[in-house]
Amino acid sequence: MIRRHLPVLITLAVFIVGYLICLAQFPSFASTRVIGNLLTDNAFLGIVAVGMTFVILSGGIDLSVGSVIAFTGVFLAVAIERYGLNPYLAFLLVLGLAAMFGAGMGLLIHAFQIPAFIVTLAGMFLARGLCFVLTTDSIPINAPAYGQITDIAFALPGGGRLTFIAIVMLVTFAAGIVLAHFTRFGANVYALGGNRTSAELMGVPVGKTTIRIYMLSSLLAALAGIVFSFYTSAGYSLAATGVELDTIAAVVIGGTLLTGGYGTIIGTLIGVLIQGLIQTYITFEGTLSSWWTKIAIGALLFAFIVLQRGLSAASVRSRST
Amino acid sequence: MQPVTEQPQLLEIRGLTKSFPGVQALDHVNFTLHAGEIHGLLGENGAGKSTLIKVLTGVFRRDGGTIRLEGQDVAARDPADALSLGIGTVYQEVNLLPNLSVAENLFIGRQPHRFGLVRTGEMRRRASELLAGYGLDIDVANPLSSYSVAIQQIVAIARAVDLSAKVLILDEPTASLDAQEVETLFGILRRLKSRGIGIVFVTHFLDQVYAVCDRITVLRNGRLVGSRPIAELPRIELVSMMLGRELAAEALHRNQRPAVTGEPLVAFRNYGKSRLIEPFDLALRPGEVVGLAGLLGSGRTETAKLVFGIERADGGQAFVDGRPVRLATPRDAARLRFGFTPEDRKTEGIVAELSIRENIVLALQAQRGWLHKIPRAKQDEIASRFIKLLDIRTPDAEKPIGLLSGGNQQKALLARWLATEPRFLILDEPTRGIDVGAHAEIIRLIERLCEDGLALLVISSELEEIASYSDRVVVLRDRRHVRELSGDEVSADTIMTTIASHS
Repeated sequence: MIRRHLPVLITLAVFIVGYLICLAQFPSFASTRVIGNLLTDNAFLGIVAVGMTFVILSGGIDLSVGSVIAFTGVFLAVAIERYGLNPYLAFLLVLGLAAMFGAGMGLLIHAFQIPAFIVTLAGMFLARGLCFVLTTDSIPINAPAYGQITDIAFALPGGGRLTFIAIVMLVTFAAGIVLAHFTRFGANVYALGGNRTSAELMGVPVGKTTIRIYMLSSLLAALAGIVFSFYTSAGYSLAATGVELDTIAAVVIGGTLLTGGYGTIIGTLIGVLIQGLIQTYITFEGTLSSWWTKIAIGALLFAFIVLQRGLSAASVRSRST
Repeated sequence: MQPVTEQPQLLEIRGLTKSFPGVQALDHVNFTLHAGEIHGLLGENGAGKSTLIKVLTGVFRRDGGTIRLEGQDVAARDPADALSLGIGTVYQEVNLLPNLSVAENLFIGRQPHRFGLVRTGEMRRRASELLAGYGLDIDVANPLSSYSVAIQQIVAIARAVDLSAKVLILDEPTASLDAQEVETLFGILRRLKSRGIGIVFVTHFLDQVYAVCDRITVLRNGRLVGSRPIAELPRIELVSMMLGRELAAEALHRNQRPAVTGEPLVAFRNYGKSRLIEPFDLALRPGEVVGLAGLLGSGRTETAKLVFGIERADGGQAFVDGRPVRLATPRDAARLRFGFTPEDRKTEGIVAELSIRENIVLALQAQRGWLHKIPRAKQDEIASRFIKLLDIRTPDAEKPIGLLSGGNQQKALLARWLATEPRFLILDEPTRGIDVGAHAEIIRLIERLCEDGLALLVISSELEEIASYSDRVVVLRDRRHVRELSGDEVSADTIMTTIASHS
């Protein structure tokens, strides 16, 4: 029981230790203001990481999510500001487009047995290129709906705010947990990551599941894009570059095996929060360059990958004796 | 209980034919399975057992013939389709999902659910109940990978049977189980049999065939050799059906050579590894050829792998020149000047893209370390010497080895080890898949090598061949060294009767 949850427990321990270190140095880390900001600042990363967790659990990878986030922002800015489209209609439109985009990638991956890496790499260039076709400028979004939405927030005791976009992230995680652990689709995703051939032999609908996984990932990337546009109130073609890699890092630090089959959604949430925590610490510290975030994440990633190898080797040994 | 043959026919295969480019894998094979019968399917490598199973389960399309299940013509599109028709298969490497829980493995795709959500508690309760019927009391919430292969296999059987299997195919289910686990498995098979399920049991272990099967069918080279009730079939007859030779009236005499005497060069005492091969004693003197004979899966290759350090022994001691040595990796073996040519030369031996010269110097170079490159002139010298010595037919030493014929590849592999000037050489099936002419040459070569004082351990399925060049023959059965033949005992017939004899 403990062994099964060891990776996520280690992630949790890292988070708690990190938090305590921050707290020891900066007592204000205990304030709900900092915690509220931690959730808000990482909302878009969290949302896209839920989708990425499904992709990686199934043994795949999705490199296109950063571009899809940027495309979503640019699409919204152009649709709302240049063409005066109703923001809510624009949200629906872009979510629909992204879902189709993801389903298309899933179809290619399944039908032609092309590695997900290649297909989503192509998707990454395609979505990024489409941004530039729409516009090369950074377009601010001034629609009143944006102001209304970003104003929604619950006051937390102690002066913090639980913003709307933080709530969207938490709800996405809750939905992700239910989907991954309590539905047939979730079991099929794990099955694909465990062993594709066996899964197929056991009657798992491999094609349908693959298409849905990438559809879900792109859909959540678009949702993250919408949240990102609330956060920045603009659409810009060069936004969210490299986010796909931050996302993969969060998922892996969250205890999901890159080879698929093992991991949890809740672990990904903690992985995202660890990244946010490091970022916040460096902001508080003030003298360190923000690139130290990357260095810390890099070191953590190494540590976790080595740990995962060690754990799987240990479990093989314990079984053979 | 009525005899099984009076039970209704469950599965009837008539004139099944399947060919692959250059190979007739199945040639008008008939096979009948009754309800409530355990039917052993036997044959050596390449007999067509796996092809038969794969056609049955929809992995391959058949070229001709009919398959009837309960009187209905069936043609499975894929294994999942076969399962829905009522033909379930459990493979040696369990084809389940190690990362999912036992319960999920049993119920994937048909989990009990309500409002779109899986009722995990209900699923686990049903999984526990199902496994209790197989005498298995385990925590079904744990991942499958946390249990032994034996338990995984029972889970696989439970799953196949629960999916309304009428026919259950077990492809070498016992290959990685220990004796007690095999007994448990057999208990389960007998219970399933009494429920009227027809079971096809593929195995190499004769004792197991006699312990559990009602009838056996033997295939050889894609053809049906025969199908007989086990009660009327003496072991010796079964072995001769499998190996395809009658007991000769007069034993073939091997080349008479004086018995080799002297101190053993290499010796193994109580050497073994659990689940792989029972502890054995083995000693070879310089200039001696020892043959390893037995059916497929009897432990011949396992012995070789242990002796060369590819598998690490978990008991016993190895000696060279009477002194105990460490033999844990192939590197250790190479340092002791052992050599090994594996059975599957395509995947384990040759590097097809490299030239003959490069392949020949490979082991020598590895022995010297990669920093001390053998000078090109020296490489050429070695290559041309062995090409001449072993009569490797090639226009020049720079040709990629993949372009040579099987026999010449085999000779080049031999040359690779001979170049390291080994004292002890292990040859696993040195004559497999090569033509008759090259066959004889390899055998002559073996004889010449031991005259030079080399100790040779040779594995072969060809009984005549092994009897002709071996000073002694170790006979293996069910992963045990059962008997060592020497002197006049070394003949194909004695080997065969020893393989067939009861333990």
